[in-house]
Amino acid sequence: MAKMTLEELRKLRDEKRLELNRRKVDEKTIEVIVSMGTSGIAAGAKETLQAFIDELNQHGITNAVIRQSGSLGLDHAEPTIEIHMKGMPDTIYGSVTPAVVTEIVDRHILKKELVDKHVFDRPAPDIIKE
Amino acid sequence: MAYSSYCLVCGGTGCESSKADLIYRELRRVAEERGVDNDVQIVKTGCFGFCEKGPIVKILPDESFYVEVKPEDATELIDEHVIKGRTVKRLMIKDKERKKHLETEDDISFYQKQVRVVLRNCGIINPEDITEYIAREGYAALEKVLFTMSDDDVIAELKASGLRGRGGAGFPTWMKWKFTKDIKHTAEEVFVVCNADEGDPGAYMDRSTLEGDPHSVMEAMTIAGYTCGAHKGYIYIRAEYPLAIKRLQTAMAQAREYGLLGDDILGSGFNFDIEIRLGAGAFVCGEETALLASIEGERGTPRPRPPFPAVKGLWGMPTVINNVETWANIPMIILRGGEWFAKIGTDGSKGTKVFALTGKINNSGLIEVPMGTTLREIIYDIGGGIPKKKQFKAVQTGGPSGGVITAEHLDTPMDFDNLTKLGSMMGSGGMIVMDEDDCIVDVTKFYLEFSVEESCGKCAPCRIGTRKMFDILERITSGKGEMEDIDRLEAIAVSMQKASLCGLGQTAANPVLSTLKYFRQEYLEHIENKRCPSGVCKDLVRYEIDAEKCIGCTVCARRCPVNCIAGERKTVHIIDQDACIKCGQCYDACKFDAVRIA
Amino acid sequence: MSTQTVETATFSDELLKFIETWKDKRGNIIMIMHRIQQEFGFLPWDAMAHMAKLIDVPLAKIYGVATFYHYFKLEKPGRNKVAVCMGTACYLKGARDLIDELSNLLDVGVDETTEDGEFTVESVRCVGCCGLAPVVMVGDDVYGKIGPDGLPEILAKHRSAGTEGA
Repeated sequence: MAKMTLEELRKLRDEKRLELNRRKVDEKTIEVIVSMGTSGIAAGAKETLQAFIDELNQHGITNAVIRQSGSLGLDHAEPTIEIHMKGMPDTIYGSVTPAVVTEIVDRHILKKELVDKHVFDRPAPDIIKE
Repeated sequence: MAYSSYCLVCGGTGCESSKADLIYRELRRVAEERGVDNDVQIVKTGCFGFCEKGPIVKILPDESFYVEVKPEDATELIDEHVIKGRTVKRLMIKDKERKKHLETEDDISFYQKQVRVVLRNCGIINPEDITEYIAREGYAALEKVLFTMSDDDVIAELKASGLRGRGGAGFPTWMKWKFTKDIKHTAEEVFVVCNADEGDPGAYMDRSTLEGDPHSVMEAMTIAGYTCGAHKGYIYIRAEYPLAIKRLQTAMAQAREYGLLGDDILGSGFNFDIEIRLGAGAFVCGEETALLASIEGERGTPRPRPPFPAVKGLWGMPTVINNVETWANIPMIILRGGEWFAKIGTDGSKGTKVFALTGKINNSGLIEVPMGTTLREIIYDIGGGIPKKKQFKAVQTGGPSGGVITAEHLDTPMDFDNLTKLGSMMGSGGMIVMDEDDCIVDVTKFYLEFSVEESCGKCAPCRIGTRKMFDILERITSGKGEMEDIDRLEAIAVSMQKASLCGLGQTAANPVLSTLKYFRQEYLEHIENKRCPSGVCKDLVRYEIDAEKCIGCTVCARRCPVNCIAGERKTVHIIDQDACIKCGQCYDACKFDAVRIA
Repeated sequence: MSTQTVETATFSDELLKFIETWKDKRGNIIMIMHRIQQEFGFLPWDAMAHMAKLIDVPLAKIYGVATFYHYFKLEKPGRNKVAVCMGTACYLKGARDLIDELSNLLDVGVDETTEDGEFTVESVRCVGCCGLAPVVMVGDDVYGKIGPDGLPEILAKHRSAGTEGA
């Protein structure tokens, strides 16, 4: 990437915004975001991330993107993850140990049902308009 | 098979106690009875907050939000909402001002107490991918400043926003910037510094911001560079934050690659770059003049102010120094305008504040609320209350420079001025909740021990004062206190406030003064009756077994590490006081509350 | 106070290169000291002396800085650093008991290293995992919500093979 001009920055912003939006409405893509701040990692987020990679592989699910993000602030429920996929509400799960990952892949992704006792609420509305 | 709707029953401890479990079972029973259990999935969740109005039920995908639900409401919720698709108005929150029922979360401004300006991207974007930041209005503020705003415009916007420094003291940010801007043409060089030396024990909002959204801080620093005539910025960050450092380094490398840092930013002709400097574990370096000394490679001791860093800072040059949270607000202020920002918060304190909510609280974590939110809302609605149904005792804010806020002030709006009035301070935003089991004298001793270790030793009031106060507290907590000690504490505290060189020394006595003000009785109890009511100070504790309550289960005797509890199964047990080491294991182990603190 | 030395303060090529790039920057001392500590695990006397020569700064100044900041260690640490978080949240939830139990188990106080060089016990400022309080870190591994009972198992896990029961 060469240094950008103002126009290039604006173009990049629009393109990336479209891409992220497309991913949201895309039938095919399942997006898993693992919260990887210090608190999350201390609570085992790296194991959670690995468990997702393994579980998705095992089930031959190839249309999933795993992303990392910073902390949502739900420290009492770390590790936390968020899933976006067609046909399911956007969901934040907390206390996601590798065993819970197995359940999430099996129930949320494959059977399209929520996993009991691990659903958490988004802490605040997003102030950035899409 | 997919469900067409989801019914979420809040299973947080608060709701759990107010019959959430019964509601859950009722909803399932009714759904099955009506034959819709394949259409709606009924799920128990983690705490949703808003516990005051619990139990809470939320139905997806339409996000309907029901409060104070009772088990007998289950039939109506299933019949009306799930089957007929009609919302049950009477169970929704009423907005008194607009006189209507709030149907979904979107228009429930007071359901979600949190407003995320600083943490807008944390947990949403990948902090290691600059394009995700850019897609969410990232670097749009810099764009606006570089191509459409003058230095005075930027400062006017900051002034309109009313933003005050989030590092603790709350000095208006626009004034700091203006001091520097006004002399930029006469200065050989100007610097911009980010204070990320977050040292309060129990505060980690800056770390989390840098880990989750490093670009927001870098963008703001570049804006300050443009406004105040600096071409070089420093981020001074604790070496104990390796992940934040790594994410910053990645972010800086990407910004340089994209032409958002370095020479001729976005073709504007403006040059600015940032360098990371590591702290090395000295709390005093959070004080701005000490921090600057540390960047210069010196022992981090404070310098007298004035001159303020805005005029004479790093290497004697004008320096704009702000803390992480202050910086992270700035791109939004520029983009949305100062007026937008000033609508959030109270008269004297605009915007939001990030707090690290920890200690004896169910939902510990990082929260961001508008200034003026009450402690009650924070602790009970967001924090989900105190674990194990214990009694709330106090909240400590401001760390070693702050004080306690007690139950009688739970409804005071939290902002800079009110906290100072109560004898505490905003500080960086650590908020530690204490319950009946915490001893106020012991906690005060903890903070003093911290200040003793962290006093840099340059000025006598702080170096000697903290030590003397610690010694007195040590005496009191070990049962050797005398009544004069209270006067001594107060006398030392006042001298330190008046005579110390820097903020650390001037405020180090606050924990003592504040707790003496609100919990004098507890100090007196330690001194006069040699008794620690919370059972924390080991020298003052005596454990006894209540003959009425003990059922002789032998659990305590088995747990006792020194075998000083005697008693046969099903007979009352007795503690041998001479052998007891006061470890408290029996107290924790007893399920019948038979072990008590005498 | 005693100082420990390494036989010769041999700096790796990477370290020398790092010093070269930082040599002429203002206020470089602390950054170079961090890098040296990264290489040796502490700041050996000879290394500070060597650094003084390389960047032409009095050793007294380097020593002055080293003794001011808690992060810099002048003593060789044990193979495993056992750090008990003494942030406020951890303190309220029993960090003091963890330190007591560690000195009980390892027979060392805070900032001391066991005789076999296996563990150094430290009390550290808030590590920022208050949601997991009380917290103990061994090396980079974080153990949260633990009581004194949990410590023997953690120590056993980190003890080098062959030194069990030492």
